[in-house]
Amino acid sequence: MAVLSYLEAIRETLRQELAHDSRIIIYGEDVGVRGGVFRVTEGLQKEFGEDRVIDSPLAEAAIVGTAIGAAINGLRPVPEIQFADFIFPAINQIVQEAARIRYRSNGTFGVPMVIRAPFGGGVHGALYHSQSVEAFFAHVPGLKVVVPGTPYDAKGLLASAIEDEDPVLYFEHKAAYRSLKGEVPDDRYLIPIGQADLKRQGKHLSIITYGLMVSYALKAAEELEKDGVSVEVLDLRTVRPLDVSAILQTAKKTGKVLIVHEDNLTGGVGGEISALISEHALFYLDAPIMRLAGPDVPAMPYSPPLEHAFMVTPEKIRDKARELAKF
Amino acid sequence: MLDKGLTPKVMLDMYYHMALARAVDDRMWILNRQGRAPVVYTSNGHEAAQVGSAFALNRGEDWICPYYRDLALVLAYGMTAREVMLHLLGRAEDPNSGGRQMPAHWGHAERHILTSGSVVATQDAHAAGLALASKVLKDGRVSVAYFGEGSTSQGEFHEALNFAAVHKLPVIFFNENNGYAISVPSRKQMAVQDVAARASGYGMPGIIVDGNDPIKVYEVVKEAADRARRGEGPTLVEAKTYRFVPHSSDDDDRAYRSREEVAEAKKRDPLVMFEAYLRDQKILNDKKLKEMQQQIKDVVNDATDYAEKAALPDPSTLADYVYSS
Ligand SMILES: Cc1ncc(C[n+]2csc(CCOP(=O)(O)OP(=O)(O)O)c2C)c(N)n1
Ligand SMILES: [Mg+2]
Repeated sequence: MAVLSYLEAIRETLRQELAHDSRIIIYGEDVGVRGGVFRVTEGLQKEFGEDRVIDSPLAEAAIVGTAIGAAINGLRPVPEIQFADFIFPAINQIVQEAARIRYRSNGTFGVPMVIRAPFGGGVHGALYHSQSVEAFFAHVPGLKVVVPGTPYDAKGLLASAIEDEDPVLYFEHKAAYRSLKGEVPDDRYLIPIGQADLKRQGKHLSIITYGLMVSYALKAAEELEKDGVSVEVLDLRTVRPLDVSAILQTAKKTGKVLIVHEDNLTGGVGGEISALISEHALFYLDAPIMRLAGPDVPAMPYSPPLEHAFMVTPEKIRDKARELAKF
Repeated sequence: MLDKGLTPKVMLDMYYHMALARAVDDRMWILNRQGRAPVVYTSNGHEAAQVGSAFALNRGEDWICPYYRDLALVLAYGMTAREVMLHLLGRAEDPNSGGRQMPAHWGHAERHILTSGSVVATQDAHAAGLALASKVLKDGRVSVAYFGEGSTSQGEFHEALNFAAVHKLPVIFFNENNGYAISVPSRKQMAVQDVAARASGYGMPGIIVDGNDPIKVYEVVKEAADRARRGEGPTLVEAKTYRFVPHSSDDDDRAYRSREEVAEAKKRDPLVMFEAYLRDQKILNDKKLKEMQQQIKDVVNDATDYAEKAALPDPSTLADYVYSS
């Protein structure tokens, strides 16, 4: 077992999977010789050859569209979109094609493919290198949307995503790449898609979150512990499908729920979680469900004070949780 | 000299599929006008382009990525008239989609007919991707994307051709240029005369062929497929043709083209011209033609009866196949 960064965990998983299954190919912009703009695929082309780790033209619709064809004709493509912000030129292929090919063909075709994309802010990426885009895709039946929050989960979820028979979007938080470290087993293992993970047990309130915000919520929980507030942290790990029973279980247990995501508030995943709890666990609640999320502005601004004002931070989570605890 | 694959028997089979497609098409329009089929998309006029290209492929092994215009193509690729009618009428047994998709949204996994949606030009990238897998897996397959000239204005058309050319993929981009995208004439679609002219921008050959001549289409596609299999990359083929009837059963083409224009185009009806050619070559005579026409009539009647009696999908299956499990 080694201590790996979130980024290293993803790279090692890709390496292990490429070795494990010869049908896997990786491609995208700069993923070959350069090893990706974040170095996630560094060294993979050298190790596995230009046929399996491919520098593609700068064209997202073609990257995803060809991945669909390649998947149908027997490969396991793992295309990379360089930044989640640039996934929109491919949204037609993802939503209208990949997501519904199984459905529209009455189960006779399937698209086993994983689209990897770095997302999220706090890295001075401004409007077009900071976005959280998961809610757009969480809305779409036929897709699975995975957002790992630790190096350990990043590995097991990526391996599962690649084994999955359906299209999976796998979003990697850029700020997590090098800041998050953790123990990752050397051997291959799978974490089921759609299963949340209780990252911390608590009594007084539950924070439900995913991605980078998991580590932020854990920091906030530690601080609140000092004040005698016991916080439970549920890491969703997958935003489609949602682990409904884990969500309801923690809500029923503590009776107070704070939902946290960096993606903006309106129409975000938090709204769905809140609706599920009010439908199925209303009478267990001791306080209104609260949400802490990115503000409803088009995207994250550049200049540090503006960026900071946008970002959800451990301090903002702590303060909001304290407010909920006091209710 | 004719390609040696084109024996009299094969040419008769080509003619049969062209005539079958026309007859199935005619029947679909009748069913529509009788209120028995909600919507019809036609291949009427495109039969030579579609059948000629299908016969040049390793049918059932090579992948075709059709669009809604391609009734004659899928029939030539092994789909049966019954399967077409089951699809038209949204029956549970429809192998294209189990009644989920509107008519002419072809797809047949076993026959290597890729499932198709409604958004034009998406299949161009799929064909390139199928070919990418063929290149990696060395399975010897060629993939063919079929599309109208209007759809070549889409960005995804450009992206797919560029991607395929850069990676020298075994794929053919087969354009059926009928001069119109619903009502919009091709001069309002593009500032070049020919779709094929675009090929040079991607670094691949662009070949124009008379889309009303199945033999010429066959030869061009055969050569493009051979080229692809030799590892020399993609080809853009432009088959010039004409759609003799409205875009769909909901369209009225009198709004955008004159009856004189249509009548003029019909002088080059691929079915009539190919029949004349086969007679001239002594491959077809009155007796054979009559037999074939009877056979087609029987097939179309059987397909219609079969599909009309077939069960509709069970509403309880609505949520099936969203995911693999
Ligand atoms: C992206 C997209 N926009 C609009 C349409 C609606 N539409 C369906 S067919 C068509 C015209 C296509 O013309 P062309 O590509 O020339 O093919 P043809 O029907 O002439 O064979 C249009 C506009 C569509 N299906 N997809
Ligand atoms: Mg057209």
